[in-house]
Amino acid sequence: MVADQVFNTPLRACHESLGAKMVPFAGWNMPVNYKEGIIAEHNHCRNHVALFDICHMGEFKVQGTGALEALDRIFARPVFNQPIGVCRYNFLLNDNGKVMDDLIVYRLDEEDFFIVVNAGTRYTDAERIKSQLPEGITFKDVSDQTAKLDLQGPEAADVLAAANVNIAELPRYFRWGNIEINGIPVLISRTGYTGELGFELYFDSSKAVDMWEFLLSFEQVKPVGLGARDTLRLEVGYALYGHELDDQHTPLDAGYAPMLKIEDNPDRNFTGKAALVATEPEWKLVAIALDGRRAARAGAEILKGEEVVGVVTSGAFGPSVGAAIAMGYVKADSGIDIGDDIELTAGRATISGAVTELPFYKDSSVRKKL
Amino acid sequence: MKYYSEDHEWIVVDGDVATIGVSEYAANELGDITYVELPAEGDDVTVGDTLGVVESVKAASDIYSPLSGAIKAINGALEDEPNLINESPEDKGWICKISNFDSSELNGMMNEDAYQDFLKEIS
Repeated sequence: MVADQVFNTPLRACHESLGAKMVPFAGWNMPVNYKEGIIAEHNHCRNHVALFDICHMGEFKVQGTGALEALDRIFARPVFNQPIGVCRYNFLLNDNGKVMDDLIVYRLDEEDFFIVVNAGTRYTDAERIKSQLPEGITFKDVSDQTAKLDLQGPEAADVLAAANVNIAELPRYFRWGNIEINGIPVLISRTGYTGELGFELYFDSSKAVDMWEFLLSFEQVKPVGLGARDTLRLEVGYALYGHELDDQHTPLDAGYAPMLKIEDNPDRNFTGKAALVATEPEWKLVAIALDGRRAARAGAEILKGEEVVGVVTSGAFGPSVGAAIAMGYVKADSGIDIGDDIELTAGRATISGAVTELPFYKDSSVRKKL
Repeated sequence: MKYYSEDHEWIVVDGDVATIGVSEYAANELGDITYVELPAEGDDVTVGDTLGVVESVKAASDIYSPLSGAIKAINGALEDEPNLINESPEDKGWICKISNFDSSELNGMMNEDAYQDFLKEIS
């Protein structure tokens, strides 16, 4: 990869013809919003259906005898007991137990896996995974051949039904399936990044424009950019790599101990485990409800009284919450807990708020029964 | 008389009172406004002082005072409806009124035509 190169997804011309405002994101030229703006797009996803171009993200295939065992040692969350048909949110760690990426592992077959990674970490992830795979297991970066569109919103299944997809064949939450949409073979999973009922679609990148235009032809569907994607995910407390997760924090710092199940599998070993279990977490990721509309941004200090106890990782006005919200790391030994009043810096001002439970937005349709 | 600054503020002068706001171009660039920090009535400001902050979903931008004078009035409606700046940037979305200013400070400002030319240059 050339350092200053900016990549375009196959849909760049589509975005431009829709009047998108394009911005660089993780080395890609991406739509931050279309003509109606971030808040209208956010609300459209909460109430109807949003279509996101996520072609920038990376996809890998790992196949061959021993792949299950190898990936179980490479990722922090167990893979060994992941059923075929299931997608699992997981973490790639460095030797210090810090997060190199958060990703989703799809178990396609006994020894056949599909891994979806962040755009900005694609190349380092590929090297890290390949370097730990034994001989005889094949690794393929299929990102360039693979288009990814996210169809998200409470009416997403209705749109697929109108597109002649049999609803009974749609995968359940965090499961995947193979279907056809508009004659195009699609790997579909019931996953997403909005807190709404929704699906992520993977298919041949040569069909990206066809699929985009086909899905936008349904009246419930509107294109939504990365700006609203960020407020949607923040309102339900999903981590964004580079903000809540990075190579300075462990998955335990970020509160993912219940997923890793380290105590339940004492004999299981994985890369980064030794460092992870050697010390108590230094940080604790918290959710903060601010008093009012004014946002604290990433990098703002978190204050308890006069003392700086942490730093904001993401902050914005939450359109569905009607107030500013934030996430951030506080020192684990600060004793800060849910219900505690804190203050956040915002330029010259300080904003008061309280540590709260996730999600901020509670009317999510993400687990809605079909 | 309406003037524009290179910081994309508009100034409408009516007698000895100047009403200040952000231009339609700036409002579009900022995107959906979610919060506005207003100055306090009675404050004295000089050119370049921070009058307040306009926050959009993605970012916060300072508003700089184009004039020196006293804050005579603020648009309190923006506290509950910050998106008035998006809906009506050069009318209902006004930010504050400044009195006791030195009208020579308007000399460097653009009129509407010059501002439109300026926008073409920077785009």
